[in-house]
Amino acid sequence: MNESLTSKFIEIQNVEQTFKTRKGPFQALQDINLTIAKGEFVALIGHSGCGKSTLLNLIAGLTMPTLGTLLCANREIAGPGPERAVVFQNHSLLPWLTCFENVYLGVERVFGAASKSTGAPAEKKAQLMARTDAALALVGLTPAAQKRPGEISGGMKQRVGIARALAMEPKVLLMDEPFGALDALTRAKLQDELLEIVARTQSTVVMVTHDVDEAVLLSDKIVMMTNGPAATIGEVLSVDLPRPRRRVELADSTQYLGYRKAVIDFLYTRQAHVEKAA
Amino acid sequence: MVSAVFHSPLSASAESLAIKKEAASAYFTGATGTNDAKIPVTTPAGKPSFDGRGLVLVVLPPVLGLVLLIGIWALVSISTSSSIPSPWETWKQALTIFADPFYRKGPNDQGVGWNVLASLERVAVGFGLAAAVGIPAGFVIGRFDFLGRMFNPLISLLRPVSPLAWLPIGLLVFKGANPAAIWTIFICSIWPMIINTAVGVQRVPQDYMNVARVLNLSEWKIFTKILFPAVLPYMLTGVRLAVGTAWLVIVAAEMLTGGVGIGFWVWDEWNNLNVKNIIIAIFVIGIVGLILEYLLIKIATAFTFEEVKS
Repeated sequence: MNESLTSKFIEIQNVEQTFKTRKGPFQALQDINLTIAKGEFVALIGHSGCGKSTLLNLIAGLTMPTLGTLLCANREIAGPGPERAVVFQNHSLLPWLTCFENVYLGVERVFGAASKSTGAPAEKKAQLMARTDAALALVGLTPAAQKRPGEISGGMKQRVGIARALAMEPKVLLMDEPFGALDALTRAKLQDELLEIVARTQSTVVMVTHDVDEAVLLSDKIVMMTNGPAATIGEVLSVDLPRPRRRVELADSTQYLGYRKAVIDFLYTRQAHVEKAA
Repeated sequence: MVSAVFHSPLSASAESLAIKKEAASAYFTGATGTNDAKIPVTTPAGKPSFDGRGLVLVVLPPVLGLVLLIGIWALVSISTSSSIPSPWETWKQALTIFADPFYRKGPNDQGVGWNVLASLERVAVGFGLAAAVGIPAGFVIGRFDFLGRMFNPLISLLRPVSPLAWLPIGLLVFKGANPAAIWTIFICSIWPMIINTAVGVQRVPQDYMNVARVLNLSEWKIFTKILFPAVLPYMLTGVRLAVGTAWLVIVAAEMLTGGVGIGFWVWDEWNNLNVKNIIIAIFVIGIVGLILEYLLIKIATAFTFEEVKS
């Protein structure tokens, strides 16, 4: 029982998603079947408009599937919740709160009241503040804690978003192109930090990306999606690169280049011509 | 609509300033979007001539505008053989009036200061009541689609009606000139606050609401931490428009209701054929309106934050 929970932490069964539009129903996803193990890092990759964010929103519980079921820890996903924390593409920090207050908002909600499921008692304010400080320290933002999002750089904002998600100690960390809006150098730095944090926290992560290198560098499993409409999972690639991974060493690794080639081959040879298909 | 009339050149420039401030992405404290921003700050302190030029560019245009106004006024005065008093005579009269603005010689003969204060009090009461009703109503209408569709036709129907048309209803219901004037202010200032608040609520970025859902925040937290701060700038725009309109309408309402007030004062001076005082009143009304607008813009910029780019 415990073992099946570990290997099938998230289960997606025959999921189909159809949106109502003015031109009639639009089928975004069909026949999605996927299992994600506890502690696994999964990347969802595909061309834009292939429904990878739609799939992430389904796991987050922000939208409900038209057909099929999604399970997390053997429970049906009925709505969004802090156990499945989301790092949004555009950081979505509240601009009128300081970085500390942004993180504290989630911490307070999760740990500020007695937990019904685990029976943990409500924590005191000092404990909640310590958790918030720890989360900010984890992403290296202790000096910026009292700044507002408007006063810090894009990379720092995204780090606060990650800290906010991690501070809630989620079962699953869902990331929707978290580094998409950043420049290449900042992105590389945050990827390295994420690798380190995930190694330390043993988090289960589902990340949407369109960056091949990012997917290969970070994930255990790359889920490649076909082009929409009615997109589905085209192929799942297991990445068996040893951890800890270092980008400089991997740059010459034939194994790494092989995985990279496989993803590029899928995206640009077999799933090319997005515009024509759409 | 009514509020658009309020945009005198002076207040318009104040407003464009505020917009510039916001656009300059100086969202909160550090906003230094005054006119000085145009002056290149790189000049070393040893070159006063350059600074002087910057100062001239800042000060000269408004002064020229004022000179032009007074020039035209003087020409009109001469061409009407002084039935419109000249700027100089009006200035002399203003000095005597403002030498003692707070005198009381009976109910219908009080200083201009008392009249302005009486008008401001009516505006404050009417506007306060309108805010107490209009802002919560705006939140509800913006948050619940059903109520929005229920009230939008009513608002569309009633909003274009001149607030003065409501004055007789006020006189009938409240049986008094003062409450009727306040009622008129209430009616004219409630619409911008309802509409702007409702629009603000509808425009709260979906990202913020998603954050609320993922964090599973309580309704109270959603309201205090997300909805209210996100709507505040819209709300304050509504407040600004409402105060502007109220200050426009109070003059007209007081002309009809009488009593003490700047509007009544204008009408009284017209009956006395004291045109100098009417012109002084026009300036007083303009300056008070300008001050109100300026204060509210200051408040609004203090509460405007950077939006998430989506």
